[in-house]
Amino acid sequence: MAAADDASRPFAGLSDVSISGDISVEGDISVPVGSSRRDDEYSTLDEPVKETILRDLRAVGNKFIHVLYPKRSSALLRDWDLWGPLLLCVTLALLLQGGAADSDDQGGPQFAEVFVIIWFGSIIITLNSKLLGGTISFFQSLCVLGYCIMPLTVAMAVCRIVLIGGSGTVSFAVRLVVVTASFGWSTFASTAFLGDSQPANRKALVVYPVFLFYFVIGWMILTFSPSQ
Amino acid sequence: MATAKDPFQFQEFEEAGNLLEANRDATTISIEDDDVEPERQKRAAGLNPSGDDDEDTLPYDDKSELLSGQQKNAPFWTFEYYQKFFDVETRHVKERILGSVLPWPGKNFVQVHLRRNPDLYGPFWICTTLVFAIAISGNISNFLMHLGKPNYKYTPEFQKVTIAATAIFTYAWLVPLALWGFLLWRNNKIMNLVSYSFMEIICVYGYSLSIYIPAVVLWILPFEWLRWCTIVVALCLSGSVLVMTLWPAVKEDHPKVIVAVLSAVVLFNVLLAVGCKAYFFSRPEPALPIDITTAAVVIKTSSLT
Repeated sequence: MAAADDASRPFAGLSDVSISGDISVEGDISVPVGSSRRDDEYSTLDEPVKETILRDLRAVGNKFIHVLYPKRSSALLRDWDLWGPLLLCVTLALLLQGGAADSDDQGGPQFAEVFVIIWFGSIIITLNSKLLGGTISFFQSLCVLGYCIMPLTVAMAVCRIVLIGGSGTVSFAVRLVVVTASFGWSTFASTAFLGDSQPANRKALVVYPVFLFYFVIGWMILTFSPSQ
Repeated sequence: MATAKDPFQFQEFEEAGNLLEANRDATTISIEDDDVEPERQKRAAGLNPSGDDDEDTLPYDDKSELLSGQQKNAPFWTFEYYQKFFDVETRHVKERILGSVLPWPGKNFVQVHLRRNPDLYGPFWICTTLVFAIAISGNISNFLMHLGKPNYKYTPEFQKVTIAATAIFTYAWLVPLALWGFLLWRNNKIMNLVSYSFMEIICVYGYSLSIYIPAVVLWILPFEWLRWCTIVVALCLSGSVLVMTLWPAVKEDHPKVIVAVLSAVVLFNVLLAVGCKAYFFSRPEPALPIDITTAAVVIKTSSLT
């Protein structure tokens, strides 16, 4: 009889274990009414487009300044974006274009070649650093490598201006100095950002590809000669 | 019933015991093989079994065996699988480059320097450096050749990068692939004591190209005799690294096969070096460049029409 009773209530044992009545469950669920109004202040939905663009441009500009003063190393790594690298890469490729795309003897790098060298170069360097056991994330590394092209883009602009004046020995010497300086600057800035992500016994293995990358870009800038 | 079961169970037990014994045997045999084979390989490679050498190599062998045991598990589509090919430190890479630039008779590159831990870092970046070194110094030598002439306007030749990249990466990947396939096929026919993995052959080929980087930079100087001298020196060094490394893998074979393999290896090396020199560093002749440019213009116009 008792067994049949137990069988009819299979969870009888469980009801004994349940929370005793004298523990009251308290708490309140409140829907935060005021916070929605606070969110509105930070929402980007109904702000003017000009402000959105300006804010992004300001972030890009801040990163340019970080490249100029490479000592403050963490700011460029914290929030990455690829707008600056895209801007620099397109500017550099357009400046290297030579202005006369239809001339036959144009042997310099074409827009697509520059673009591919910069992006695939930085992707390969990033993969290399990840494969060697680096602690930096993929897009952070791409962002740093892209932003550090900036000195070389500036050198390219300077070279175009110098080349207007003429293409003699003096002009070549000036261009050589400018490109060498900006190449050193780029390499120094990027290693300041990227160097800490590697163990000390592998630092040279990561720095060497970066050096080669900027060296090739520097060579493209130095040997650029506009077709008349 | 029970009596009928007893012998059956006993038999099973005996079988299990046999299996266990067989397993034990197998493991002992495999351990012995592992211990014996490096010794044989060293002897086959012509290493003198001096005490110093053994003390030097044994800890590394142990370490690399442990590491390879750890990393064997990762399948090939994961990132970790490729990480084991980049498991090198700066001093390893330096040591390997030096070993490939200064080959020493009796020192097998794979057994002395790689120690069962072939890397892809060196081959990839040596090839890339060589591509840009050839393209850049080819451009500079072209510029120096025409420097004094009037009416000469320097134009960069960026297509040299593309062509050099195609040539060098084809050489550094397809020749090892063919060689590895051939050695695998020969290994089925004749038991060779030494067999190299694909990565080891790739690694040897990549590092053997490192001597060409300084050679190519020297080719900038417009002296034909200097270029041929550096070609011969570089060929001797990189060819001897390749031949000395491959020698233990083929030496049990027929003499004809040995000669064919080694001469093919050397021939491809010569083809690469001489081809690069002939294409990227043209001979300083006064009349030729104009002919080439006019011919190019003619070809271009004819292809356009």
